[in-house]
Amino acid sequence: MADAPILEFNGITHEFDVSLPPLQRLLAGEQRRYLRAVNDVTFSITAGTTLSLVGESGCGKSTIARLCVGLHTPKRGEIRFEGMTLAEARKLGRVRRQMNMIFQDPYASLNPRWRVSDIIAEPIKRFALEKNASSVRRRVELLLSQVGLAPSDGDKFPHEFSGGQRQRVSIARALSSEPVFLVCDEPTSALDVSVQAQILNLMRDLQRRLGLTYLFISHNLAVVRHMSDRLGVMYLGRIVELGEAETIFRRPLHPYTRLLLDAIPDLDHIGRARTPVGGDVPSPIAPPPGCAFHPRCPLANDRCRVEAPALLDADGTQVACHAVAEGRA
Amino acid sequence: MTPLLDVRDLIVEFPTRHGVLRALDHISFSIAQGEILGVVGESGAGKSLTGAAIVGLLTPPGRIGGGSIHLDGERIDNLPAEPLRRIRGRRIGMIFQDPLTTLNPLLRIGRQLTETMRTHLDLTEVAARERAAEWLERVGIPDPRRRLDAWPHEFSGGQRQRVVIALALCAEPELVIADEPTTALDVSVQAQIITLLKTLTRESGVSVMLVTHDMGVIAETADRVAVMYAGRIAEIGPVAQVIRHPAHPYTDGLMGSIPTVEHRAERLRQIDGSMPRLDAIPSGCAFHQRCGFAFDRCSDEQPGLMEAGATRAACWLRAPEAAHG
Repeated sequence: MADAPILEFNGITHEFDVSLPPLQRLLAGEQRRYLRAVNDVTFSITAGTTLSLVGESGCGKSTIARLCVGLHTPKRGEIRFEGMTLAEARKLGRVRRQMNMIFQDPYASLNPRWRVSDIIAEPIKRFALEKNASSVRRRVELLLSQVGLAPSDGDKFPHEFSGGQRQRVSIARALSSEPVFLVCDEPTSALDVSVQAQILNLMRDLQRRLGLTYLFISHNLAVVRHMSDRLGVMYLGRIVELGEAETIFRRPLHPYTRLLLDAIPDLDHIGRARTPVGGDVPSPIAPPPGCAFHPRCPLANDRCRVEAPALLDADGTQVACHAVAEGRA
Repeated sequence: MTPLLDVRDLIVEFPTRHGVLRALDHISFSIAQGEILGVVGESGAGKSLTGAAIVGLLTPPGRIGGGSIHLDGERIDNLPAEPLRRIRGRRIGMIFQDPLTTLNPLLRIGRQLTETMRTHLDLTEVAARERAAEWLERVGIPDPRRRLDAWPHEFSGGQRQRVVIALALCAEPELVIADEPTTALDVSVQAQIITLLKTLTRESGVSVMLVTHDMGVIAETADRVAVMYAGRIAEIGPVAQVIRHPAHPYTDGLMGSIPTVEHRAERLRQIDGSMPRLDAIPSGCAFHQRCGFAFDRCSDEQPGLMEAGATRAACWLRAPEAAHG
């Protein structure tokens, strides 16, 4: 089990149809248009570890989360879970039990009309993990105390909890089917910092205790540094840098990773004066040709403008950058 | 020298069926000419409300229940609506979190800028348009003359926030209240906007009240910072002191709970529990139930701001007589 990848993405591409409705398209004389949210993405996650994906809005990180749990089917490429393709594993019913998701907004992801104990008990009943009502209740109480809530909290409705407590309920629900793999899509972005610390600590405790594997999606590099074993940096649908988190934080190679790390306001930089990189993230509907980052990149040359770089080994990590490959960085 | 903005014992309350809720409880601070004061706190701490009270934009039934607000020596909290409206925009500029809702979607950018300037400054249409183009250039919009005729939706999120900054500064105010100006933006764009805001305000000597939940933004931008908790100021002082040597246990816990990109901590420090709701603020110090150092006095008596080294903290640990015991 030690080094076996639990989840593998092999050359995954996913597109969304963003065309106008047929009649308007006809009148405007326009072709169908596709938004390539995820472009030829390959990575794997070892059991018991955390891989984080980080990037700005529109980079495709949430689409990857949804591809993992089967909310989207990829256009191209193959996703493998515990060695089986996702389709096979789903047929065996294993994915639904062993993989679960924690969402960003704990206000939208809990049914407001259900008591918390019912919310947490549903997966237990669905997979028939306990035989009778009293053992289901005991299981729910155990889960509640595992995430730091009182067993009596099960009788309450979601609106009676604060944001952080709701996220604890979401985690209890995600754990109730005894999963081995959790997809966490910005689990603390809606929370205040002191509550965020509680949830991040809880998630790491649970990982250690239950041997969980996390795919952790976030835009916050500081949070990612705290949580990750491995890290993938995404820009406009592609992974531009992938490797051990500590290595990347200590020595970022891709110009975009450096920009991101440099852009974060940090407590250690009181009153820092800086020269930020200009430009916005381009629209994913019409990404720039070649390397998608070239319009903002200080190292871009003619090759970068026409040829998209592949993810190549560079000094222990993988980087998709011509400048790094050519030694210009 | 009188401070540009002086807020004394400000109380904001909301009458409800279950009695009057006190959302701001004796808030006192001042902002000097050209100074950037950061106001930081978690959701519901009252930081946005403080900004709204200063510009007279409290949503009813919210009302000022006591205290005073002076702008450059002149009392403004008891002004009637019309004179207050003239201060807003002219002497106090505002920048809000979401640039899409701040800009009027039905007016071209140029029109919004010239209208603002002509309302508050004595300018002809031609001169105002000329100055509007200059402002767009100063906030870093490429091709400013042509962009005057663009609609808000034709700008990206970062560019829109640049336009909003131009709008807030174009009437040459003395004070700008920026409420979470970078929260809706991606980090790389956020860095641009912070730099822009800092440069422009330093250039023009305008004072800024920067409201945000992001301590990192405050660290890079502000001169002093006020940390708010449950409608009160827990600690106020120079940014470096508050971050490196916090005097209030809440500030200390808050700083410890923020993950940083510089190094990886095995475990983040956490403050258990959460901020009390307005209808359940405990007696004495609002933080005492979550505080590791609380003693009897903390639950009985509400602490005011006390000198604590280079900062001032509302904590009984800092009371002069506690220093010995």
